[in-house]
Amino acid sequence: MNYWLVIGVSFCYLALLFGLASWAETRSAAGKSFVSNPYIYALSMAVYCTAWTYYGSVGRAATSGLEYLAIYIGPTLMAPLWWVVLRKIIRICKVQRITTIADFISSRYGKNITLGSIVTVVCVLGVIPYISIQLKAIASSLSVLTSTTMEAEAFPDTSFFIAIGLALFTIVYGTRHIEATERHEGMVTAIAFESVLKLVVFIVAGVFVTYFVFNGFDDIMAQAVQLPDFEELMTFRSEGGYGEWFWMIFLSMLAILFLPRQFQVAVVENVNEQHLNKAMWLFPLYLFVINIFVLPIALGGRLLFAPGSIDADMFVLAIPLSQGQGVLALLVYLGGFSAATSMVIVATIALSVMMSNNLVMPLMVGTPYFKTGNQDRLTRFLIYSRRLCILLVLVLAYLYYKGVAEYYSLVEVGLVSFAAVAQFAPAVIGGIFWKEGTKGGALAGIIMGSVLWFYTLVVPSMVGVSMLPTSVMSEGAFGIALLKPFELFGLQGLDYISHAMFWTMSLNTALYIGVSLLSRQTSQERNQAEVFVDIFRYSTVYESSIIWKGTAYLPDIRSLLISFLGEQRTESALQTFHRKYPAPESETGLADPKLVTYAEKLLSGVIGSSSAHIMVGSVVKEEEISIDEVLDILRESQQLISMNNELRRKSKELRLATGQLRSANERLKQLDELKDEFLSTVTHELRTPLTSIRALSEILYDNPELEREDQEHFLQTIVKESERLSRLITQVLDLERFESGKQELNIAPVQLREVVKESVEALERLIEEKGITLVVDVQQNLPPLLADRDRLIQVLVNLISNAIKFCNPEQGEITVSGYWIDGQVKVNVMDNGKGIDQESQEQIFDKFYQARNQNIRKPEGSGLGLAICKKIIVSHKGRLWVDSEPGKGAKFSFTLPVNVPVPAAKA
Amino acid sequence: MKQEKEKLKILVVDDEPSILMPLEFLMRKNGFQVFIARNGTEAMESVNSELPQVVVLDIMMPDVDGYEVCRRIREKKEMSGAKVIFLSAKTKEADIKKGYAAGADLYIPKPFSTRFLMEKIKELTGTVSK
Repeated sequence: MNYWLVIGVSFCYLALLFGLASWAETRSAAGKSFVSNPYIYALSMAVYCTAWTYYGSVGRAATSGLEYLAIYIGPTLMAPLWWVVLRKIIRICKVQRITTIADFISSRYGKNITLGSIVTVVCVLGVIPYISIQLKAIASSLSVLTSTTMEAEAFPDTSFFIAIGLALFTIVYGTRHIEATERHEGMVTAIAFESVLKLVVFIVAGVFVTYFVFNGFDDIMAQAVQLPDFEELMTFRSEGGYGEWFWMIFLSMLAILFLPRQFQVAVVENVNEQHLNKAMWLFPLYLFVINIFVLPIALGGRLLFAPGSIDADMFVLAIPLSQGQGVLALLVYLGGFSAATSMVIVATIALSVMMSNNLVMPLMVGTPYFKTGNQDRLTRFLIYSRRLCILLVLVLAYLYYKGVAEYYSLVEVGLVSFAAVAQFAPAVIGGIFWKEGTKGGALAGIIMGSVLWFYTLVVPSMVGVSMLPTSVMSEGAFGIALLKPFELFGLQGLDYISHAMFWTMSLNTALYIGVSLLSRQTSQERNQAEVFVDIFRYSTVYESSIIWKGTAYLPDIRSLLISFLGEQRTESALQTFHRKYPAPESETGLADPKLVTYAEKLLSGVIGSSSAHIMVGSVVKEEEISIDEVLDILRESQQLISMNNELRRKSKELRLATGQLRSANERLKQLDELKDEFLSTVTHELRTPLTSIRALSEILYDNPELEREDQEHFLQTIVKESERLSRLITQVLDLERFESGKQELNIAPVQLREVVKESVEALERLIEEKGITLVVDVQQNLPPLLADRDRLIQVLVNLISNAIKFCNPEQGEITVSGYWIDGQVKVNVMDNGKGIDQESQEQIFDKFYQARNQNIRKPEGSGLGLAICKKIIVSHKGRLWVDSEPGKGAKFSFTLPVNVPVPAAKA
Repeated sequence: MKQEKEKLKILVVDDEPSILMPLEFLMRKNGFQVFIARNGTEAMESVNSELPQVVVLDIMMPDVDGYEVCRRIREKKEMSGAKVIFLSAKTKEADIKKGYAAGADLYIPKPFSTRFLMEKIKELTGTVSK
């Protein structure tokens, strides 16, 4: 294919991207933002899929089999955790106007310049290889497509121009605004578009290979079985294979969070935290779909081309080309081009902001030239430094590509980058969940991790291209065997990535934790630690929760802001602040401490947090504050929120208490009603015998001429009713004593046999009169009961006299039995009367229960007897109940617990 | 017998034998033809069969209570001229009102004076001693 045609198409494509970005920005300016939806957000996250995915996965699959999947499984596993981790990072960055991962780490650990610059350096060193493989991919695909050979030594070659072209494009595209927090809606739109393009084209290519070159998945598989290493490709390598998978998955889990470009699209460009909800499943879905055809293409390539004739990384392009599908091949090339450019654009923008804010600015603002004035020139300086950084990054990437990357596969180089950014994991994850992490710990961890990373991953690649002698690999640096880069400190048996990850991550984490525990935080660090870890509590009252003490003059701050933001934006920002915190303009011109924090935050968005801190520091007079003060003030600002919460909780408690009071009142009312009912029942029961006594007495008085028989009858009734009256009174008082708990029991060892005997004797006459057969059967040698003897007799007499009343009137039979069972003594009083129906069985123990059946209504009795019996048994910790069936008699039973080893048993 | 026919019929309803006993004696002694019922159901049977001129009613009874018996009596055309007297241990204001609302001519709380009861019955039946 014509070389210039392809170059022309590439530039047209870039122009299209540019147009798309401008269109999106115009729309957004008109208030019809195209970006503010979760789908665009998820698609922009797919910048994760670069040329590595597009070309490299196929290459990896063709040579190492399923292993290529690991770096997609990692992010997929990570996605559900975004709600915990990423949302927190997003919130922190929004509140603190943080724009890069370097700024994030430096902010957390007290806006430390050293930390920020080290992170930046690691990022640049780490990501440049990654950018270089995109250049490599574009160059290789171009050479495959146009059938030109790449001249490795030539300069300037095609890839150089590609690098310069991309640099210019990114400069025009990414540095039009200086405030980095301002989201790049145009860029995001373009990235999302590129994500769609690379996905669609890759699938089209996959379908072409699978269904047009071959006859579907089955056909490819059937043919592939004949490949000599097929089995090896399709299975996990048993030796160390699982360990490698683990480390690859772990590595990619961290990469999806900490790669500068992922941080850019996922955090800085995030419009709405809620978009995460959808992205959490859309993004893994994207990864899944783009991987469907990787294996068919890889195997197809292996089947179609002789081994070694075509670089496996280029199969996806080479297959359509070999089938004479020129247009498809061009499309595939464009898809790869889009995958590569999206990564390059986002990564270089992120890196350039990082470099200018964390390396250049701190140096500049520290110089006397800027410190003493000339701050208005900083803005322009900033833009130029960013543009320069973009150019620098791409030139470095180009050099790396020419020097190193050209000799390695895409994936091999890419993994080195992953491992570099993974070094931020302890400091970032620890920073947002652990308040004790200190600057020292973060520095120590990151430096140690990065040095080891360099030694175990970068040094070997330098040896590989003969930049260093091979003896470093075989004998270790300086001839020390323990320092072999792939067998550090004698660790063997791991592949090089697992080996590097093991050493970097374990020592990094250990140092971070260890040094943090040993070192102390400054007040500023403490403040930031509190805010980062508890961001969801502070985010609403951020200005008031940042501690600053000192003297600042409003005019100074205003002019500082104007030099970076311009007159108009400064005024509107100050107005926003005054609306939020209305305060009378101080006559002395002193600025509110909150305003100082606010200004610093505004500046952070432009020049990074540590530079902003220095700039603000140059116009105000800050006083050192102690950690205690920091904690005090933080506590105060927290009280704002907690007071609110407290109020909410209080009102909830009040509602609850009201409810409880109401139900308590209800209960009291019920009790009151019960008491009333009891009283009126008692009076009614008292009035009945009284009525009879009075009427009969009056009759006797008025009728002296009454016959003697009648007189006797009336007098007998009067006596009987009087007895009833006094019995009733005694029982009411008894019951009252039990209910109020005033009844005291005279507990002493009691022999059941004796008690039963005494009770029966008291009723003997009545039993004989009625001709009732009584059987008493109490087990001998029962252990003595601890009980109130008189009360026990009261219960037995009551139960037996009930039995007498209700047993069969013609052939009455009563059985009283007592025996030991299940660690307690059980007593039964059984009659052969009419029995009690099921529904009355519970109620007969109620006070004044009157059985509905008139015929079994007690001829005489207060209606309190069983209620009292129950009280007595329960107060002995026993149980009283009745078993009965209508027509089959009733059996009243009670059990009493026995304390077996009673010393006083022989009483 | 002629004399017997002139006697007024009185129904005494109470579930307590010890109260029925003096009431029965009193009524008989004062020249009434006495009928006795020990619950609401028996009372209605007696009302239907005997159509007594006076009914002395207890209220708290196991089946149909006195109020209900009174209401049923008032619904009965043949009983339109009959006098109903409550004799009850329920002494609360509300109970008494309820008794009159059910159509009673008199409500006497227990325990009662035998003389007072007889006077009132005579007043109601117009047989005040001539």
